[in-house]
Amino acid sequence: MQPAQSPPMPSGPAPSVITAQKLTKRYGALEVLRGVDLEAHEGEVISILGASGSGKSTFLRCLNLLEVPTSGDLTVLGERVRFRPKGDGLRIADHGQVNRLRSQVGMVFQNFCLWSHRTVLQNVMEAPIHVQGRNRHEVRDEAEAALARVGMADRAGYYPSQLSGGQQQRVAIARAIVMQPRVLLFDEPTSALDPELVGEVLKVMHDLAAEGRTMLIVTHEMAFARDVSSRIVFLEQGRVRAQGTPQALFRGGMDERFDQFVSHFMRQG
Amino acid sequence: MDWPFLTRTAGELLCGVPLTLRLAGTALCIGFLLAASIAALAQSRHAPLRWSARIYVGLFQGTPLLVQIFIIYYGFGQVEFLRASILWPFLAQAYWCAILALSLNTSAYGAEIIRGAIAAVPRNEVEAARAMGMSGFLLQRRIIWPQALRHGLANYGNEANLLLKATSLASVITLMDVTGIAYRLVAKTYRSEEIFTIAGMIYLCLAFVIAVCVHMLERYLRPGGRV
Repeated sequence: MQPAQSPPMPSGPAPSVITAQKLTKRYGALEVLRGVDLEAHEGEVISILGASGSGKSTFLRCLNLLEVPTSGDLTVLGERVRFRPKGDGLRIADHGQVNRLRSQVGMVFQNFCLWSHRTVLQNVMEAPIHVQGRNRHEVRDEAEAALARVGMADRAGYYPSQLSGGQQQRVAIARAIVMQPRVLLFDEPTSALDPELVGEVLKVMHDLAAEGRTMLIVTHEMAFARDVSSRIVFLEQGRVRAQGTPQALFRGGMDERFDQFVSHFMRQG
Repeated sequence: MDWPFLTRTAGELLCGVPLTLRLAGTALCIGFLLAASIAALAQSRHAPLRWSARIYVGLFQGTPLLVQIFIIYYGFGQVEFLRASILWPFLAQAYWCAILALSLNTSAYGAEIIRGAIAAVPRNEVEAARAMGMSGFLLQRRIIWPQALRHGLANYGNEANLLLKATSLASVITLMDVTGIAYRLVAKTYRSEEIFTIAGMIYLCLAFVIAVCVHMLERYLRPGGRV
């Protein structure tokens, strides 16, 4: 694994990568998001914390339109996502735009979601070739580099079912970064892993953060969020209850509910 | 055992094999194309299209193949506009009537197999593909079909086997496939036991070959090490 580089020094405010304004999401009578605002700048590592049902995964999935918000505004990589009203919600107006944005926004899922019919290397090469239309030979080199980056170069010919959860998740990360995304979304990337496998995935994420990549991470790993994030966003019942630097929040006393939430997790851990 | 009779009979019955295979093969191909279209209709966003797919499947699964063959072979000839249509040169021939009936029948079962196979593709893998910017035909071609093919192959092999044996019904509308020749020989010699036994063995061999082909295809498509 390469040594992590220090993030570039910010000179003035970094450009905004994702801006969500008053995002709401409702499933029938169930209001999951009740107006979430968030601006993620280039180079930021934002951990989104919250209890189960606080809407954090739904929020993250709205950012690459795997969920379509019920209302609100979303700007990704400088492009305002075009919606059209349908019923009392929204629909995607321009699927071409969404596909284009998705190809620049990497996503890592809780359950890895590797394509089971393709090898590790094929999983990583699939989207650069078929979505970005890049040259196969070039992509092959980059895919191998990405796999080396997550310590999976020696498993290139394996199928996902032959790997442990931690290995699958590292391949999923390689599959995301080979697209050279401008921002990476992590949806509880370690929640489905056996405890002894969590560390290897967090190590890779830690290195990515140290490279200065823009990352939004939904997680329950409190220690990781505290040590790696540049900002913590705490969601409760579909709203941003508190946010700030890890130092400010984890010191305690800033938000009572956050302190309760953290102490609950720390007790468990 | 009357070996000379048995070998002579086997030789004559084998002359029916090409027709049997042609019926089964043609119906399998046409049936598959129809089945894929019907499965696509069954997944449509528009309710009337979904219903029509369901009605089609229900109709052909709910009536005997023999009756379907009779309707097409005997019934269509009484419909004036069909006799006048450009299709009549085909529909006037028993061979094409049998192909049509077998294709329609197998497509109804095939559509259900394909629908099930597509439904068995893990949703989260499809979601992962979408999250990388795949959609539409690309998503179908690269992620959904390859996996659906694998899920559905064993069942479709089963359907091919049923179809092979179903071709024997074509003999009732004068076609000289293996069963048709067997009928004729029995009418000539009254030695039904031996003749039909040999006919059965021929089908058994053909079915075995199909099973082996499907099995080999399955092995070929299986990702390494998967059980």
